[in-house]
Amino acid sequence: MAVEKRVLSGLYRDSVTLMKCASRVEALAGIKQAGAMMATPANLDLAREAGLLQATEGVDAGPNDLLLLVDTVDSSAAESAFQEAERILSEVPAPSEGEEAGRPAPRSIRMALDAEPASSLVLVSTPGEYAASEALKALHLGMDVMVFSDNVSLADEIALKTYAHDHGLLVMGPDCGTAIVDGIPLGFANSVRRGDIGLVGASGTGTQQVTALIDRWGAGITHAIGTGSHDLSADVAATTMLDALEVLANDPATRVLVLVSKPPSAQVAERVLAAASAARAPSVVCFLGADPADIERPGVRAAETLEDAAALAVELSTGRAPVGDTADADIAGATRAAAEELASTQRFVRGLFSGGTFGYETALLLSKRLGTVYSNTPARPEDAIADVWKSVGHTVIDLGDDVFTRGRPHPMIDFRLRIDRIAEESADPEVAVILLDVVLGYGAHADPAGQLVPAIDAARELAASEGRTLAFVASVCGTDSDPQGLSRQEQMLRDAGVLLGRSNAHATRIAADIVEAIQGGAPR
Amino acid sequence: MTRIIEQSPIVINAGLSSFAESIESAGGTAIQLDWRPPAEGDVSTGRLLASLVADPAVDKANELAFGRYVASRPVLTGVARAGEVIPGISERTILHSGPPIAWERMCGPMQGAVVGAVIFEGWAADADSAGALAASGKIAFDACHHHGAVGPMAGVISPSMPVWIVEDAEHGGRAYSNMNEGLGKVLRFGAYSDDVIERLHWMADVLAPSVGAAVGEIGGIELKPLIAQALHMGDECHNRNTAASSLLFKQLAPALLRTRTPHDDALATLEFIAATDHFFLNISMAACKTMADAAHGVDGSSMVTALSRNGVDFGVRLSGTGDTWFIAPAPVVEGLFFPGYSAEDAAPDLGDSSITETVGLGGFSMAAAPAIVQFVGGTPADAVAYSRSMYDVTLGSNPAFTLPQLGFAPAPGGIDALRVVDTGIEPVINTGIAHRDAGVGQVGAGVTRAPLACFTQAVVALAEAAGR
Repeated sequence: MAVEKRVLSGLYRDSVTLMKCASRVEALAGIKQAGAMMATPANLDLAREAGLLQATEGVDAGPNDLLLLVDTVDSSAAESAFQEAERILSEVPAPSEGEEAGRPAPRSIRMALDAEPASSLVLVSTPGEYAASEALKALHLGMDVMVFSDNVSLADEIALKTYAHDHGLLVMGPDCGTAIVDGIPLGFANSVRRGDIGLVGASGTGTQQVTALIDRWGAGITHAIGTGSHDLSADVAATTMLDALEVLANDPATRVLVLVSKPPSAQVAERVLAAASAARAPSVVCFLGADPADIERPGVRAAETLEDAAALAVELSTGRAPVGDTADADIAGATRAAAEELASTQRFVRGLFSGGTFGYETALLLSKRLGTVYSNTPARPEDAIADVWKSVGHTVIDLGDDVFTRGRPHPMIDFRLRIDRIAEESADPEVAVILLDVVLGYGAHADPAGQLVPAIDAARELAASEGRTLAFVASVCGTDSDPQGLSRQEQMLRDAGVLLGRSNAHATRIAADIVEAIQGGAPR
Repeated sequence: MTRIIEQSPIVINAGLSSFAESIESAGGTAIQLDWRPPAEGDVSTGRLLASLVADPAVDKANELAFGRYVASRPVLTGVARAGEVIPGISERTILHSGPPIAWERMCGPMQGAVVGAVIFEGWAADADSAGALAASGKIAFDACHHHGAVGPMAGVISPSMPVWIVEDAEHGGRAYSNMNEGLGKVLRFGAYSDDVIERLHWMADVLAPSVGAAVGEIGGIELKPLIAQALHMGDECHNRNTAASSLLFKQLAPALLRTRTPHDDALATLEFIAATDHFFLNISMAACKTMADAAHGVDGSSMVTALSRNGVDFGVRLSGTGDTWFIAPAPVVEGLFFPGYSAEDAAPDLGDSSITETVGLGGFSMAAAPAIVQFVGGTPADAVAYSRSMYDVTLGSNPAFTLPQLGFAPAPGGIDALRVVDTGIEPVINTGIAHRDAGVGQVGAGVTRAPLACFTQAVVALAEAAGR
């Protein structure tokens, strides 16, 4: 062991700088230990204790001198170490970058509110087990909440909505996928013209379909408020829908009301319909699958499909019913042509959906026309499909179901599952029609048609190699001001030979028409 | 009725960032949270936390506690023998830093300090018999905090030791701390050699009466203005005390010379203070203790009134949960080490000195003492960032302590246990590092964090007390 010394006279550095210097020197090759200190008696004692000075060794240096000590393997290592130490001690630190560079992002809702006191709404899409707590904090802090997350307990939903109602706040959700407030998209939502139609929806894609059609037909919306999928259950008793109805009914800018849901329990339905009836503005109510006779009453028109809801709303808003597309006649021709090219052994519709409500609406409409339609969102409980991964007969699958999305992004964002399923269905010689929903808007994939067209082409090729054609039918739910652009997306699909309905209900009718028209196949 | 449609929503987004991007691209305003599950992912604790956040009863309690903390006025009024002034101790009590801990569990430095105190008191003649006495059950050990006292590092206070007396002139509370022996081989790092004991006697016999006389001559020293001035001079009054010690010296020296203290004693006293950069630390700690105690005992308040460590456990107390300590293992400190030492030699975090961070000094005022942050490879900008970050876990700030580097903004003060657990941001502490073996002394310094687990437990207890 050899300890060497170097004294730097008249050089003062604070103790921290010196410790840092020693630390860096120690890291050099051949250095066992290093010390850097102002040569005060106390520091010299420390150096003795560290073994860098002998017990009685003196040093020709005083408190204003800087002493470097290195324990090294050889002198050349020591010399390099001293030079490096001097270099370090002479460094002028660069001015620190980003002194005022943006503060780190807030970690809690409260922290964000402190940073932006005008915050008015919290959008929660955390894992479900944490969502209720986040929502509760938002409500405590006086803000409305949208809970996109699902898998929140019923008890929590009721507690949150009760608190919100008592404090003049609104909870949209849990499991609320879509809302549009003052034109701002919340969750998955389309870019929709502003107008005088106000919506309250217990279904995300139901809201998307109605708002997109309103836009297509030249009218617009004030706001689309979401309630979450369980709001109209008996337990939750439509707390959010009733509060949302109240605020839209009192909004002078809202002159038509639209309510969208699956059928609620009778008691809940009555409360909602009574509130709608009492509103000044006329209401259009689509409880998908309900008997219109149960809904119709003064001030309330019943719509059997999402398309009907949009059409009635547009008529009430503009005074004119929307005219059919000029493409309607072309569709009729194309439908016949497609049916002619299908073999009589091809009998079935396979609906592959990213929006659960589209799947449900299709299952309802198809089962009226074609009989049993197996599904994971069946029209009748007895038609629940045994294995969601294996189609049988007419089958409609909601690919956004939990069983598909565990560990995978939602099918509105990630098309791989649907692409694979298209290939499987196309290999089934009994399949006549593959029916799809294509959802545009904020949050959805940047180019859904671009994802589907290659799969469609490949499916046709496979079928062709086995001597079959396939009919592809779809509807695009979107607007021209959506990021993806409705017209362009529709054109890409048309170019790929897809028959397009203007709505999911329309596309479903086309699919049923094809099946019924297949030569040699008797309509069932 | 909900006001949701009355304005264009300004959205706080907790979750998928694509939703925030959509809102922004549509011309709206979204604030994306850097969200992670609170309370270390425990769902039921997160639920209890949510029930307390912005709860009106909690907010009201915190307002009261925080107001008392800001209004407190610590004044150094004198010096006395511990046994004569510290409430609730016997002539066979030894106080120590941190939450209560039995002799057998005490870390090396604390056991060494106890041995030294026993010898100093004359209860045993040597280390072995002192250790035997300590283990015998004949000495009453207790936490300094339980008796209105605080001590740095081992924080050992025995009846014959002199203590500073600090009084809260606003609320009437009192706090005590021992006197700083200086650096190197000292009792608070567990040394108990003859020269340590000799120094302790000198401090009791010469130093204490001298400074006591000087303080008496002045008539009491207001501590908040002194601390405030020190913050403008590069101190944070936990790990950097040189300016504060110098300011104290300026007041004490003339006063001391005006008293009847014999010249040799006065000289030795002034030389000692001049050579002891951390002399003010213990006074700072007692002042901070009065400020924290003023806020303590408000039902329902989530304000933290003690952060403290004993080298084994890290303890936290809240205003609203009485004297309960919420405990987790004391972390090992990351930092820079003196020549010859490394992290392997370090004792876990030790001392009551984090009472300074509890009231907004130390790590919370790190912006005032940028040199500190070099201990963990940082820059002055990092020191500023640490202080700024602490605003996110405090109820407010203390107008008495302004930080020039933050534009003379008041230092963040009044740690809120709810905010700590909700954000996951642990309070930052500047600290010295002791050798894990008794009697070696300080081996480095660094920056550490109060463990989240303490605050999580505290939130659960607060929720229970509030009937959630």
